[in-house]
Order: sequence, then structure tokens, then C-alpha cells
Amino acid sequence: MYEVNYHRATSVEEAAALFAKAGDAKFVAGGQTLIPTMKQHLAAPSDLVDLRHITALKGITVSGGQVTIGAGTTHAEVAGSAQLRSACAAICDLAGHIGDPAVRHMGTLGGSIANNDPAADYPAAMVALNAAIRTNKRTLAAEDFFTGLFETALEADEIIVSVSFQAPAKCAYAKFPNPASRYAMAGVFVARGTDGSVRVGVTGAGSSGVFRHSGMERALAANWSTGALDNVSVDENMMLSDIHGDAAYRANLVKVMAKRAVAAAG
Amino acid sequence: MGMEGIGARVKRKEDQRFITGKGRYTDDFRMPGMHHAAFVRSPHAHARVRSIDKSKAEAMPGVIAVLDGRQLTGDGIGNLICGWMIHSRDGSPMKMGAWSAIATERVRYVGDAAAVVIADSQARARAAAEAVVIDYEVLAAVVDPVAAMQAGAPQLHTEAPNNLIYDWEIGDAKAVDAALASAAHVTEIEIHNNRLVPNAMEPRAALASYDAAEDHFTLYTTSQNPHVARLVLSAFYQVAPEHKLRVIAPDVGGGFGSKIYIYPEEIVCLWASKRTGVPVKWTAERSESFLADAHGRDHVTRARIGFDANHRITGFKVDTVANLGGYMSLFSSCVPTYLYATLLSGQYDIANIHCNVKAVYTNTAPVDAYRGAGRPEATFVVERIMETAARELGLDPAELRRKNFIRSFPHQTPVIMAYDAGDYDATLEAALKAADYAGFAARRAEAEKRGRKRGIGLSCYIEACGIAPSAAVGSLGAGVGLWESAEVRVNPVGTIEILTGSHSHGQGHETTFAQLIAERFGLPVANVSVLHGDTDKVQFGMGTYGSRSGAVGMSAIHKALDKVEAKAKKIAAHLMEADEGDIVIENGEVKVAGTDKKLGWHEVCLAAYTAHNLPAGMEPGLKETAFYDPANFTFPAGAYVCEVEVDPDTGTTQIVQFVAADDFGVIINPMIVEGQVHGGIAQGIGQALLENAVYNADGQLVTASYMDYAMPRADDLPSFKLSTHVTVCPNNPLGMKGCGEAGAIGSPPALINAITNAIGNNNLAMPASPSRVWAAMHA
Repeated sequence: MYEVNYHRATSVEEAAALFAKAGDAKFVAGGQTLIPTMKQHLAAPSDLVDLRHITALKGITVSGGQVTIGAGTTHAEVAGSAQLRSACAAICDLAGHIGDPAVRHMGTLGGSIANNDPAADYPAAMVALNAAIRTNKRTLAAEDFFTGLFETALEADEIIVSVSFQAPAKCAYAKFPNPASRYAMAGVFVARGTDGSVRVGVTGAGSSGVFRHSGMERALAANWSTGALDNVSVDENMMLSDIHGDAAYRANLVKVMAKRAVAAAG
Repeated sequence: MGMEGIGARVKRKEDQRFITGKGRYTDDFRMPGMHHAAFVRSPHAHARVRSIDKSKAEAMPGVIAVLDGRQLTGDGIGNLICGWMIHSRDGSPMKMGAWSAIATERVRYVGDAAAVVIADSQARARAAAEAVVIDYEVLAAVVDPVAAMQAGAPQLHTEAPNNLIYDWEIGDAKAVDAALASAAHVTEIEIHNNRLVPNAMEPRAALASYDAAEDHFTLYTTSQNPHVARLVLSAFYQVAPEHKLRVIAPDVGGGFGSKIYIYPEEIVCLWASKRTGVPVKWTAERSESFLADAHGRDHVTRARIGFDANHRITGFKVDTVANLGGYMSLFSSCVPTYLYATLLSGQYDIANIHCNVKAVYTNTAPVDAYRGAGRPEATFVVERIMETAARELGLDPAELRRKNFIRSFPHQTPVIMAYDAGDYDATLEAALKAADYAGFAARRAEAEKRGRKRGIGLSCYIEACGIAPSAAVGSLGAGVGLWESAEVRVNPVGTIEILTGSHSHGQGHETTFAQLIAERFGLPVANVSVLHGDTDKVQFGMGTYGSRSGAVGMSAIHKALDKVEAKAKKIAAHLMEADEGDIVIENGEVKVAGTDKKLGWHEVCLAAYTAHNLPAGMEPGLKETAFYDPANFTFPAGAYVCEVEVDPDTGTTQIVQFVAADDFGVIINPMIVEGQVHGGIAQGIGQALLENAVYNADGQLVTASYMDYAMPRADDLPSFKLSTHVTVCPNNPLGMKGCGEAGAIGSPPALINAITNAIGNNNLAMPASPSRVWAAMHA
């Protein structure tokens, strides 16, 4: 790793001020992507502004079906929250299968969605849960937040504060892990709102990153069952292709994972 | 046997330091004034080096030298060697191109060293390495070994036209062709034995220092064979004569073959330490390990086997193209020849075998021995084709194997090897019983109801270990003898130091070797130290690889102990005025049989050193050395049964049962042997299911990190059902055969046979990734 100036912020405002003063700064939360990238010399910020010690970014609240998760909440905290599990168990299960224990105790929800790795799990949940992503500047709908592979609507100096969503009536996440990295080769989050509306978020498989599958959403809104997906097609042209699986295989996985998610959601 | 003798499950003495973080590995050593080396590695698979601009790097803080290949060769450092001469079938010697430790004018694989920076910290060395500007003329690259032989392919070395290193054969081609022509049934397969990255837990490292006062070098390095390293560094690379070079291989965290070879980095650290006047350390980053450790396997093979009407094998023909990468690594030449084709008889009585091997240069990392080294490749060919033949003939795969088993020993195969002992029926029956082979149909039916495809596969492997009789390997082209040496130093207080030329890098020698003392004298293993890995301490040794340290290394200790025992008995007989033949040593006491006369072991040892009252003419002391050269290879063998369930929706394979029945000869420590088998099977499953080193057409390593190179994890593996069945090896004094590689050799075909059985498509390449299995199911 190249030499870097380290700053520990204790508030969002201080973090933003530190960032503004530094030359070529980056925010770091859990550091599970940024630090390895820096070790490989693929990123070389002059300054790191550490968000991990900002109390306001931490914690989970559930109130009347409204869920708010602080951006600095670790995957382990999400996985282990009894309160959250009673409102939306699927997101706890999702967080509990990210990486390994070391990753889960360092990595944060905010860090994950800010990085928007096309194979990360959280973006599928954010899209399917129609989450509102609050930053120190504004609030964005998840679909507007994720803009492409490793791309988001965040400005360089913008800090995610929390994500909020209304707990759905039913939801589940099914993931097929890459045999090497165990990131998602296809991860599908299905959510059925209390009003009967359905949203399906797909990660890992799409060549443009996370996406909603409108065909599945329509089919499931009409008939919430695995069988409803039998005749829904997944467009191979939208799929990633690599040594671990070609587009046809990934398209198959998306459908299989969607069915498994619907079955798990009940 | 005592509580800690042969056959006892003694806990590993060395684990206390390993599991408490107190192991001392090469990177743990520091020296005053130590600097760090960082290599500038080629980003191109094939390129001409037009020029190197070092000026920016040289001006960076902490940098004391930026060195290139011309400076290295200018200082007289020799090219890397290959230690085993292979002759082509036309009689010509193998065509080896030059390999300079730092490239002088051409780079031939991504990761090839093109320059080195020496600086006062690792970070500064690495930063400066990035500032070295090399002007490359990029050349066309070839990574596929079959394509590399075609006309018009990029040429790697002028010495090797069409990239062909050798075109070697063994066996009687005409006899095999005739047997196949008249066979009642011929089965043919084409397979690729996938390329693997060794992935030892400890990356390679070297720390070299030069003492100008003594004109003497010391090298700490991650080596499986420090004496061979010293010999090669001295005799061929001209670093220093042997008496001016000490090589220390301290704790080493896994080797699997990849730490046998003397790599460019060790040579460069030694050379640079003299040139700069400071100790120089290099420790590989994991990314460098992927790029620049010698890889394993990578064979493309077409095989045909013929059967008579009674399903007896009549002839076996194998044609293999072996990818050796951009340069010939130290033992690369023998792996696809004498360690491969000589095992193609498997456990079967086959009168006619012919094998042709073409070894080829490509723009990929050098390929050399990796756990099993040639024998996994042979076993995969033999056991895949036997299973395939059984399916074609409509026979029970177990029955086809039984019909062809060798049952009388010694057995001379048509491919050099003379098997000395074995009972292949015993291991197969034990494995089938443990696997409940008879109950498989019911389990398959039950799985079908759950929507799962269940399959079962066998593998009856044989391997050759304990390498090897020196005269025999010498006649086949080896540049070294493959004996082993040992010294047993009994101290005046009766404690014992064993100095061995074997090297432990995970095998548990500090425990098992000490168990020989417990067996012989009834002393606790706590009273025994095992010293290895230092050329200043140990007289000489050939090191540890090829599952040889039991059969060869321990046999040398056994011989030295014979001498110690004989002398101790002479002293005791003299002291107790008894007949030497009546002396027995047991439970730490030296007794006169049939009397109550006895001395403590320590009393006899002290007497040897005080020398106040020794038999007339006897030299003082109790310390003996022995060199042991085996009479033959040893032949561990066994039967593996793998049972899988495949998820037809995703192609995911779950291993639901894995049974191993092995014959390793006499076993010193069953717990350690089980650990070796567990690790070996895990590596074999890794090859068959997960691991794959993939280069793209431009020669970039696509699987250059764990993001894309799938290492087996605990939850990929089932609990293994192991058993051992002993036929005593008649060719060494302890009756041992070796166990270190068996798991990696026997398991891949069992797994692929099981998956292909489950999905009903025999055409499935390793690794059987979910996407490949799914595609095969939909083919």
C-alpha cells in the first residue's frame, strides 16, 4: 500500500469537512473492498476519512413496519438483529451470508451499496425493498441510486447516512455463490408488499449490475407462486459471461434463484 | 511398540509452536541492514525487452539498486537448469531454451522477472519497481500446448523448433497397435488434466546475506530440499561454492512440490546481497505466487484401451501433450515421462502399453511437480478409461477392475515399474463395503424422488513413492541420486538428536521420526529432537517430495539406529560383563536377558562419553551416520469410492460420501497418516471440482487471485471414511510405502466418475464446476 493520510471522523459533518480539506480523499467504512484495492496499488487516495466511529451512522430501528438501518451498521449486526429479523428476516439472512465472519464484522451496509459491486448482495435487496437511501445531502430511491457497474448517483463528497424501507408482507433472498469468490453469480431478492405489489431485484448476473425483473414482477403479482415463473423468460443478452458461467447459465440461475426465493418467502 | 512407538497416535510435537504463532518462517527472520527486493514482472505473455529506464526508480527514496538481467549474467550467474535429461524417441536430447533468473532480452510469460529493485523497505521497493520503465515490443503469444506445436505458432525458444521440447515414448507401439486392432472392444477417451496453482499457505520467500570477511553466503529460503538448493546454486548458478554457502529452510508452511525448485528469486537475492553489500529479503505476495510459482498438471491426453471377449485388457495406448510453460523448471521434464507413463499399468495386468509424450513450451508459468506429480495424471487416464469401458461394456465397474487386477507379486509391468507387494482386492472390497456399494441403487432412487441426481464412482489407484533407487533414476536421466542420509546423535545424558536430510513442511517429521527412537529404545519422544533444513547442521540430504521421507528418510534413520544400538550393546555388555548377544534395550533400560542385571540408558550413554571403561579399541562417543539408497520404488495403492448428488437446476455437486481404503504399508502414526490422506483428498477434490488455472488467449492469467481461483473450503468437503490395509513393503527395513500424495492421486477420477454417472453424460472436464455440469446435463 502507498502511504496515505488517515483521518478519523466522529460526525458526518466532520467527515465532510475533512474530505473537503484533503487532496484526493476517499471515505472508508469497513474497508473490505477499498483496503485490498489499495494494497494491490489499484487505488491510491492521498487521504482516508474513516466513517466507522460516527455513532449517528450506526444502529437499526424498526417502528410500525418502517425499518431504518444506519449506513455504518455491519453485516454481522444486520444478521444478528432480532428486531430486524422479526420485521424482515430475509435481509438478516442475506447479511449473514456475505463473505466470512471477518468480512461481516468489518463490512457495512453503506460501504457495500456505495461500492455497488455488480455481484454484491445488498443492492438486490435495496431495489426489491424499494429502499430510500438517505445521504448527508438528499434522499434517493434505490433504483435511482444504483447507476451501473460500481457506479452510483453519489457525489464524491456525499455520505450515505441510512437506508429505510417499509417491511414487506413477504420476502426472501436466494443466492447462487461463485465457487471461488462466493459473491453472487445470481442473487434474487423477491418482495411482496402489504398492498400486493411485487418487486424482484437481481444481482450478480446482469451485465449492467443490479436490475429489477419486470416480467417476474408481473407474473408474481398476478400469482405469487413458483409456478408463476415457469413461463417467464430471462434475457441472456442482459447477462454476464465469464469463466464461471456463460450468459445462458446465468439466465438459468436467475430463474432458479427467483423460484427458490419465492418458495422460501412462503 | 511402546506408548509412542510405531503405530501410536502420538500428537504432533511441532503443533505447539505452529498453533500458538511461534513457528519461525523465512519472512520472520531479520538481519541488521536488511533491504527488500521487489521484482519488476512482465505484464506481457511474450515480448522483447527493447530498453529499461531505471532513472526514475533509482532516484526514489530508499532505493539502493535497480538491477537487470544483463548485469546478472555479466556477473557470471548461470542460467536455470533442468535436472533430468529426457531423450526423444529419435535419440536426440531434449531441446531446452535458456532461462536467465532475470530476463535479458525476452520475457515469456506474465510474471517473468525483468528487473529487480532493492530498497530499504518493502513498500519503497515495490513503489520503485512500478517506476521502472520497460519498453516492450509485444510478440504474439501461445498458451495452448496443442496449438503451440502447429506451424506458424509463436516460437518461444530458438533451441526448440515448433516449441517441441521432446517427443518421448515408452513401450512397444507395434504390439499395442496389434492388440488394439484385434481387440473385441476398444474404448477411447480424450481428457484435459487441468492446470493447478499450488497455493501453499506460506508464500515463497528468500533472505540472503553475504559476509565479505569470510566470502560466505547465508540463504534462508522456503525449500523442501535445502541441500539440493545449495548444490544447484553452487554447481550451476555460480553463486558460490558449496562450502561458502549455507542454506537454511526453517519452518516452511506447505510445499506440495512447489518449493522443490530453485527459483529465480533465490538466485537474485543471493547475487544482490553481494552486489549491494546488504542482506536482501524477498517475500512473495499472493499475487506473485499465482503468477510465478511453478504450476502443476496441464496435460492433454488421448487414450485407447482394448479388451478381449473376456473383458481382459489386451493393450493400452496413450498420447499426451504436456504443457511445460515458458521455461523448463528443475524437474519438469521427468514429471510427464518417468513419473507418469510408468504408472499407466495402474493396478492391472496389461501386457502391452505404449505412451507417447510431447512436451511443449507455451507462454505460461513453468509447470513442474505438484502433489502426486505425474501419478495423478496417470491415474486419471487409467481410472477414467476403466470406468468408461465398464459403462460401454455394460459391466459393473468394480467387476471390470477385478477381472484385470494384478494378483501375483513381484509384477513387472511393461512400463519399467516392478510392483513389489499389494492386495488390490482387499482395498477394493473394503472400500465397496464401507461405501455400501450394494445399496447404491436404493439411494439413487430415493434421491430421484427429491429431485437429485445421485451417482457413484470408483478409482483404484497405484503410485510409486519412496523415490528412488539412485542407480535406476540415474540410468533414466536424473541429475541427482535419490538416497537419504541420517545422523543419530546420542548425548551423554541419553537424549537424542536426529539429523535428517528430509525436510518437514507440514508432514510431522519431528513426531514420527522421534517415534522410531521410542520404538527402538523405549525412550519418550520428548527426549528426542529432530533437526532438519540447515546445510550447516545436517551432513547432506535429498529433501522431501514424492512421499519419500518415510520409506527413504526413515530407513536412513533406521540404519543409523542399528549402528547406535550395536555400539550401545557392546558398551553395556562390557560394563555388565555379559555377552553382547544377551543385551536387550527396552523401556529406557539396557538389560542382560534372563538376569536382573541392568543399566539405565543414560548410564550407557554417559559411559560412551566419559570413555573411562570402554571395550578395548572402541572409539568414545555414541553418534552414527547412515546413508540409505532404496532398492526399489514403493507402491502405495488403494481404492476410493465417491458418491455425489447433483442439483439438476444449478449443476451443483454435493459430495455425500467419500470412502478411501489405502495400503501404505507399515504406518508409524495413524493420526498423521489420516491427516495426510484428508489433505490429499481435499486437494484432489479441489482439482476435480473447483481449481483451474486459466490463461486467456493473450496469455493473461485470468485466475490470478482467490476471486477467480476456487480453493476448496471446508464446506465443499464431506467427512471422509478412511481405512488402511497393510501389505508390508519388502524393499525397506520398516516396510513403509508412503502416504503423502495418495489422496490427491486417487480422488479426482472417483469424483468425475461419480458425477458422470449421476448425470448420464461421460463428457465432463475438470474442474466439474456447476456451470459445466449443468451444460453437460443439457448437452
